[in-house]
Amino acid sequence: MAGPGGGSNDVQWCFSQVKGSIDDDVAEADIISTVEFNHSGELLATGDKGGRVVIFQQEPESKNQPQCRGEYNVYSTFQSHEPEFDYLKSLEIEEKINKIRWLPQKNAAQFLLSTNDKTIKLWKISERDKRPEGYNLKEEDGRYRDPNSVTALRVPVFRPMDLMVEASPRRVFANAHTYHINSISVNSDYETYLSADDLRINLWHLEITDRSFNIVDIKPANMEELTEVITAAEFHPNQCNTFVYSSSKGTIRMCDMRASALCDKHAKLFEEPEDPNNRSFFSEIISSISDVKFSHSGRYMMTRDYLSVKIWDLNMETRPVETYQVHEYLRSKLCSLYENDCIFDKFECCWNGNDSVVMTGSYNNFFRMFDRGYRQDVTLEASRENSKPRSVLKPRKVSTGGKRKKDEISVDSLDFNKKILHTAWHPLDNIIAVATTNNLYIFQEKLN
Amino acid sequence: MSATTAMEVNVEARRILAVSISKLYASRTQRGGLRLHRSLLLSLVMRSARDIYHSSRESEVLTGAPSEEPMDTSSSQGEQTPQPEPQPEPQPILNSAEVTPEEPENTEDECEGEITEDKENLSPSRQSRKRRGKASAAPDFLPSKRARLEHGEERYAAALGSCRVGAGESLTTLSLNRVIPAF
Repeated sequence: MAGPGGGSNDVQWCFSQVKGSIDDDVAEADIISTVEFNHSGELLATGDKGGRVVIFQQEPESKNQPQCRGEYNVYSTFQSHEPEFDYLKSLEIEEKINKIRWLPQKNAAQFLLSTNDKTIKLWKISERDKRPEGYNLKEEDGRYRDPNSVTALRVPVFRPMDLMVEASPRRVFANAHTYHINSISVNSDYETYLSADDLRINLWHLEITDRSFNIVDIKPANMEELTEVITAAEFHPNQCNTFVYSSSKGTIRMCDMRASALCDKHAKLFEEPEDPNNRSFFSEIISSISDVKFSHSGRYMMTRDYLSVKIWDLNMETRPVETYQVHEYLRSKLCSLYENDCIFDKFECCWNGNDSVVMTGSYNNFFRMFDRGYRQDVTLEASRENSKPRSVLKPRKVSTGGKRKKDEISVDSLDFNKKILHTAWHPLDNIIAVATTNNLYIFQEKLN
Repeated sequence: MSATTAMEVNVEARRILAVSISKLYASRTQRGGLRLHRSLLLSLVMRSARDIYHSSRESEVLTGAPSEEPMDTSSSQGEQTPQPEPQPEPQPILNSAEVTPEEPENTEDECEGEITEDKENLSPSRQSRKRRGKASAAPDFLPSKRARLEHGEERYAAALGSCRVGAGESLTTLSLNRVIPAF
């Protein structure tokens, strides 16, 4: 884990690997839409707009280079979702993978849930490294032997073969969402999970695909009265009865499933009063929460809105305990960001393994880390220029005032097409995965 | 000074309204269908812009009177929206949405806002839902509806018919609130 201080004070980040094509011309299908480590951190899954899932596996640490943690190499690639067409509404259903969530490992196989806008699938990823050989009726290549040539019987035996990783869909959870699914979250009971769309949250059992329970429904009787939508939802990491969902109005509601079957009445409402000085045309848009994540401890939760990251103590609903500005210099640019659609970007956020540091993405392929203990923050960049093996990442700075110092970037030079929406932190080590538009960067802590 | 500021705010509000309308329009042909969250955010911005536009016009009219902080108007409007019954809501929005695209034409022709002012002062109950002649001319900042007509749009027009709005009406005359249920 991180050094004694546990913070970015001690940690220097080095480039480790980059996955994806070098081509500047990005094919839309290759745009990464989700990144997730599994519970051990050995596997790293990415989903893209083309509906594919690519899983990377960490190589075991080599004894020759104990300084370097194992590299991640492609383990399995499969097409999770295909484009579909809803004939009733004349609408195309995108195959883009919105979220991937791993199930904890129970046996040799790995399981993950992947979802697009309408359908969730449970995938089993298993290894095959042996195959039966010595059939009586078939040759090794599969051709059937002439029965007359069979003079003796033998028992087929398993012999080692080249490792093959197979992905098979074990469950398909479909037709439960009218609106677009934005979140899935596995419960700590490891038997149920929730899926959330704009207006409803459903509870599923992993074994049952033809039924789900609706536990939250905020659809108004008259759609013209709609004022907010659900933007993200997550189960508590160790209380199986508790989950939270965030809204486009910047509020978070915590619900207890023991209270009633339909959790429309929240147990807690987390909301910070708006600062009247910051009111603008776009106040509502920038207060919309794009991601909510519980800390590993379950004591805190983090929310991401357009300009900031907020840490909430679950015991205090009135205001967050910590607020970190991600790119406050954009506040005066909201009008341009509205015109070029960037204001609608949904940034995600993540915790490190011991909840001491949080990370989120920004523009110009910058990503930010906030050390909660040391009250420090750092801006780093994921770019091909900084891609020499084990080269240390240099902190970046955006100049906000009139005078631009050397090595600083002015706000107007930022490339708003290069955005980091998805980041993930290894659950145990200081290894991070950062997704630019179509590349996945892996950075590791510099070990001496 | 306040008149100039009010005018700047007016121009800005109008521009944002135009940008929002074209975004809403473009989102109809997006893959995956209308995104509810995005449509909601667009309609909120449009509402703010509309409110600010009206309040800045009022302060233009009352020359000399300091223009009220436009943000307060929009915030109080925004909070009221969920409470009242929906029926009157579409009417003022219909009214203002109609007003906005006509504005540029009127100011170009007559260089004053008298005609549009009358429309503003019409009480909602008198406001006819029927499309007026001028509204049918597509404002220059909107993409041409005809050019983009495809089977998805025909279905949309049919939905409009069921809402008692004349088919073939330009997007600007749609109630903001109507856009979302059409999804």
